[in-house]
Amino acid sequence: MFKDIEHLIRLATVMAIAVVAFLVLRAGVVPRSFGQYGHYRGAAMGEIAARPIAFAGHDLCETCHSDVADQKRQGKHVVVACEACHGALAKHADDPASLTPAKLDTTVLCARCHEANSAKPKWFPQVVTADHSGGIACDTCHQPHRPKIETKPETESKAEGKK
Amino acid sequence: MEVTRRHLLLLLPAAAAAWKFVLAGTPEASPNYKLAEHWWEMLIDIPKCIGCGSCVRACAQENDVPEGYYRTWIERYHVADYQIERPEVESPDGGKQGFPPDESSGKNFFVPKLCNHCADSPCTQVCPVGATFISPDGVVLVDKSYCLGCRYCVQACPYGCRFINPKTHTAEKCTLCYHRITKGLTTACCEVCPTGARQLADLKNPKDPIHEFLRTHSVQVLKPHMATGAKVFYDGMDGSVR
Amino acid sequence: MYIPVEGFMYPNEVELQWSVLIVLYPFITGLVAGAFILASLERVFRVEAVKPTYRLALLTALAFLLVAPLPLQLHLGHPERSFEMYLTPHRSSAMAMFGFVYLWYLMAVLLLEIWLDYRRDIVVKSQTSTGIMRFIYRVLTLGSNVISERSLRIDERLGYFITLIGIPSAFLLHGYVGFIFGSVKANPWWSSPLMPIVFIFSAMVSGIAAVMLLYMITTRLRGKEIDIRCLDKIAQYLMYTFVIDFSLEMLDLLQRIYEADESFRSLDFMVHTRLWTSQVIVQILLGTVTPIALLGLTQILKLTEKTRKRVYALAGCLTVMGIFAMRWNVVIGGQLFSKSFLGYTTYKMGFATREGLLTAIALMILPFGILWLLVKLLPPWPDASSISASGEFEQAEPVRSLV
Repeated sequence: MFKDIEHLIRLATVMAIAVVAFLVLRAGVVPRSFGQYGHYRGAAMGEIAARPIAFAGHDLCETCHSDVADQKRQGKHVVVACEACHGALAKHADDPASLTPAKLDTTVLCARCHEANSAKPKWFPQVVTADHSGGIACDTCHQPHRPKIETKPETESKAEGKK
Repeated sequence: MEVTRRHLLLLLPAAAAAWKFVLAGTPEASPNYKLAEHWWEMLIDIPKCIGCGSCVRACAQENDVPEGYYRTWIERYHVADYQIERPEVESPDGGKQGFPPDESSGKNFFVPKLCNHCADSPCTQVCPVGATFISPDGVVLVDKSYCLGCRYCVQACPYGCRFINPKTHTAEKCTLCYHRITKGLTTACCEVCPTGARQLADLKNPKDPIHEFLRTHSVQVLKPHMATGAKVFYDGMDGSVR
Repeated sequence: MYIPVEGFMYPNEVELQWSVLIVLYPFITGLVAGAFILASLERVFRVEAVKPTYRLALLTALAFLLVAPLPLQLHLGHPERSFEMYLTPHRSSAMAMFGFVYLWYLMAVLLLEIWLDYRRDIVVKSQTSTGIMRFIYRVLTLGSNVISERSLRIDERLGYFITLIGIPSAFLLHGYVGFIFGSVKANPWWSSPLMPIVFIFSAMVSGIAAVMLLYMITTRLRGKEIDIRCLDKIAQYLMYTFVIDFSLEMLDLLQRIYEADESFRSLDFMVHTRLWTSQVIVQILLGTVTPIALLGLTQILKLTEKTRKRVYALAGCLTVMGIFAMRWNVVIGGQLFSKSFLGYTTYKMGFATREGLLTAIALMILPFGILWLLVKLLPPWPDASSISASGEFEQAEPVRSLV
């Protein structure tokens, strides 16, 4: 009775073996943490979180450089984080001797934020650096951590007189 | 100013627990971090953005973003009078080096962009193998050791936030600095933003000032008609932004 | 590499993600689905006239189906990880199901149907041929030489049943390719519920045209006479499907123009500039309107056999070209504009690169090489099936007509 469908039985056997082989392979190959939280490898989150950081964060900077922090607190730059200007310094925070932050060129640095641009909000202090300083480094007059120029009483009264 | 790491740990007990994980980059997130207790998002305050490009540079440095690709970028919009359907937009090098001075008339402003970490993200929906996913704390991530590089997710993102990393040949995008936020730090872009135009926020933290902000401001998301559940909220956004 | 950009693109959008290889993929699966549907015409709908092409259509479908995953593999950033689609398929992904639809179609439909249809020939050859060929045929018999009348009748019934399943499967294989594009809501050029249907009909059009051309060429190469009744019938089917396909595409276009949603201005500009040649000239005028008109003429006018053959050949070539242009315009066109609707980028095809022109050409030649091998292995010609059959096998010949 089965003689006439012998070939089909053989074919079914081959297919069944293939399916079983696939299922066995699948059980062995799928990463263990797959499906831990959802349809993905749960371990991937840990791997992504494991990346070393580059920016230490201003809280950490201030634990040592409290003098600078105090100075900043007196001016508008209190909102600007240290690494916004000084660059990524997690290495320095970990071992201060290993990396000394480079001296910054204020002619370039300050202009990044304060160069006048019509798209910048009106409340934001901005100057056309060419007219304002004529290429002189900003820190000649301004102290970057506390940028407002302290005016002597006499010049202050002069300015008031102009008004 | 001679401070060793030992000193530092003594000075800052709270950060101390996390610091060794922070720097060593060990696979565990910092010991106190619980996935179920966070739901991350970002707030962009457009009237505060000065287009300095600090965020773009910091992102590239923190995350080793390849040249010519952007996990975050800034666009400059020009809108002439009533033409909100036809804005002129530019983003030279993603705004990494800031923007050249421009005194054209009309309404001009900057718009920082990044992955919206959508709660119903089309990119994770289309990934054929589960190589990209929404983490339990609300961050859309890519598993680069599992990604095929089929690029379907890049096509599916309505905001153009994904790209293929030319070195790894896998999809890449903003991780919301997952390696930082799981250790109590803010993202690199928020850290360096000089005006506070970008704020990381945790919607599951009842003490987060974001709740007060959302209650008192009119905020929008990009392309709301896409219904992606975008979690980057924009304050003061013009109707021309797309 | 410098890529010219017009207007504004989101900075990550400048580089195209899906290259010419992804154009080939729907083109090739379209040929597969179309060829199979032509084959099933004879089997299921009993269109006796197209019988001479039945086996050729099946082998064509198989040759192209074997090549179909290659452009995808070449395109992947990590081809070695593609098996993950079988290990951890993501149920919400249209693409994840590709692996399964493909396997189902290859294993459960096409290979099975061909095997059942050719089994008698295979068994005969496993006993009459020598050397390596004998070994290959023996493997193909799976070690069973049963070709009793009853067994062949069972094969015939099973084959009919598989063809029945095969038609929706062919629709699934290609409609699903359409869905991969049609379901991308971020892309207005793709996002359309008509996409799968348009893909299915254009697939039938290209598959029918390709088999028609192959039948004409192979018959000529073999020095045989073309069965003009068969050719007339195929051309007729080609025209009908083409008219439906064209109507669907025009419906889609009309809807877009009339609705004129937020993306319209941007897409309209693209069609009038970057896509003008490939879409309007090549796809619509040369690749659709002209062949439909030519085929229509053969229905209206009383042309001589010779002229008809020439017209069919010309219409067939234009059709295949037109459908290729359609795939190009869908895949490449969908990536030329910014999702901000404010600008356009440019596709720069590489030449001797992994996803370049040379690879694309090689991939288009490969199925013909495979087809040549398949034809050598399993001759599809009606006159070939009775050769080499000695005594006892000849009695099995009338079996086909029994069912």
